[in-house]
Amino acid sequence: MASHASTIAAPVAQDAPGLPGLSALGFNRAQSIAFLILLALLIAGPFFLYPVFLMKLLCFALFACAFNLLIGYVGLLSFGHAMFFGMGGYLAAHAAKVWGFTPELAILTGGAVGAGLGVVAGWIAIRRQGIYFAMITLALAQMVYFFCLQAPFTGGEDGIQRVPRGALLGVIDLGRDMSLYWVVAAVFLAGFLFINRVVHSPFGQVLTAIRENEPRAISLGYRADDYKLMAFTLSATLAGIAGGTKALVFGIATLTDVYWAMSGEVVLMTLLGGLGTVFGPVVGAAVIVTMQNYLAEFGAWVTVIQGGIFVACVLAFRAGIVGELARLLKVRL
Amino acid sequence: MHETILETTGLSKEFLGFKAVSDVSLKVRRGSIHGLIGPNGAGKTTCFNLLTKFLPPTHGAIRFDGRDITSLKPADVARLGLVRSFQISAVFPHLTVLENVRVALQRERGASFDFWRSDAVLRRYDARARELLEDVGLSGYAHLTAGQLPYGRKRALEIATTLALDPVMMLLDEPTAGMTAEDVDRIVALVKRVAEGRTVLMVEHNLKVVEGLCDTITVLTRGRVLAEGGYAEVSRNPEVIAAYLGADPGISGGQAHG
Repeated sequence: MASHASTIAAPVAQDAPGLPGLSALGFNRAQSIAFLILLALLIAGPFFLYPVFLMKLLCFALFACAFNLLIGYVGLLSFGHAMFFGMGGYLAAHAAKVWGFTPELAILTGGAVGAGLGVVAGWIAIRRQGIYFAMITLALAQMVYFFCLQAPFTGGEDGIQRVPRGALLGVIDLGRDMSLYWVVAAVFLAGFLFINRVVHSPFGQVLTAIRENEPRAISLGYRADDYKLMAFTLSATLAGIAGGTKALVFGIATLTDVYWAMSGEVVLMTLLGGLGTVFGPVVGAAVIVTMQNYLAEFGAWVTVIQGGIFVACVLAFRAGIVGELARLLKVRL
Repeated sequence: MHETILETTGLSKEFLGFKAVSDVSLKVRRGSIHGLIGPNGAGKTTCFNLLTKFLPPTHGAIRFDGRDITSLKPADVARLGLVRSFQISAVFPHLTVLENVRVALQRERGASFDFWRSDAVLRRYDARARELLEDVGLSGYAHLTAGQLPYGRKRALEIATTLALDPVMMLLDEPTAGMTAEDVDRIVALVKRVAEGRTVLMVEHNLKVVEGLCDTITVLTRGRVLAEGGYAEVSRNPEVIAAYLGADPGISGGQAHG
């Protein structure tokens, strides 16, 4: 039965029960431990590393987790997720700067934009399978890109600059990196746990069934397309939230985030970390963002190195970092 | 209550001009086990896919339980109680055996779009799922992932999953295909038992199985109905012998009566 185990890490038959309290989140023992480590890193991180770097990392980690919800648990490869990330960023920036929204409302605006765009793009794209699905999402994302290039409110090549961070709930000033860090960490954690809940919900169970054997799920009376559309919309919403948060962190929303290369980057992050694993996308995002940051002095070589890693990943460890680790430890992560 | 539960009139399916199924009018009596047989390429599986709406028909109408289902979607047909199996064993390989059955039982709570709720709510179906597994002789396998099951057991799991929906009518696509002799006997006994109080329409190659199970048999060749009736009657029909059983029916595993 090794045929279908190549891309998605094969689950172990019986999981050890999770730690008390954490099993309610749907974590098994290994995942509970990994989650506690993640929590510790989230708390200790800003005291050792530059908070802005960490915030960037968390935004991308959430973006990758959102993407993983779709490819890892539904088996849909979207090649246009930058449209939700980027548009979420633009609208959050616009809301914060022009409409004077508080940061939490601006971020929610980003999520709402992702959701709205997700319903439309998903409704069009899920009618096709496999490569056609990927191509349709790419085409739609390119339309959004050109819209952003031309639309007056996006500032074209300049983007929306000097976006104020504002004050949380109108009270707590987020001007200091450390205060904003805790907000971003909370957003990430909420998104991360939300995805985990979706996966371990009655809805998630049907979703898994559809991924495993779509005709059979249909024959049991589940309208597969409806579930795919819902998953697509949820994924797009979280991508919008991630994009909105990133726009606030850097005070800028630009074309980079709606460009197709961004769609490719999130694929790379998820693949590198491990498709269909809970922690893979976070690890993948951490690796890629760290590389971009610390290898920035090599200029264009970053892309070459990224490409090399991608090739190595596809050739040598298809399950990704976390996927391979899980296989070694014989647990699910 | 209609005497006929499933009825097709002039059902046809063309693929780029090739008539896979043409003008098939079929009546399945409520509570019967109806066999659909025919040589390879006779259109059995296409017919099957038409009945379950996995393929749209080119012409013709399908009525189930007095209701026109010609334009319904496959998932909606399943919701009416017309549930199918597949030729290749259709399980969810990465879910456990228990979860496989539970996914079907979960249909009872509606569409299950509640992504915010913990899947702990599904545990209330565990007991019923175990009952169903026991019913098909799979109790010892509940915690394994379905992909680990041997082939014959997968078919049994598939039947348990189908039964979980408590279907009015089951459509079985070659339930014994590719099985060892003892597996065949087990599945035949199982089908006979679960058919109590339901209607079953099955496509089957193994004539022994058909003889032992089916009340009525419809023979298809080249997309058309060639004969219909009880096994004894159909197996004596010279046209059927020529088209399907061959000159010596014994070769195909069947026994010519008289």
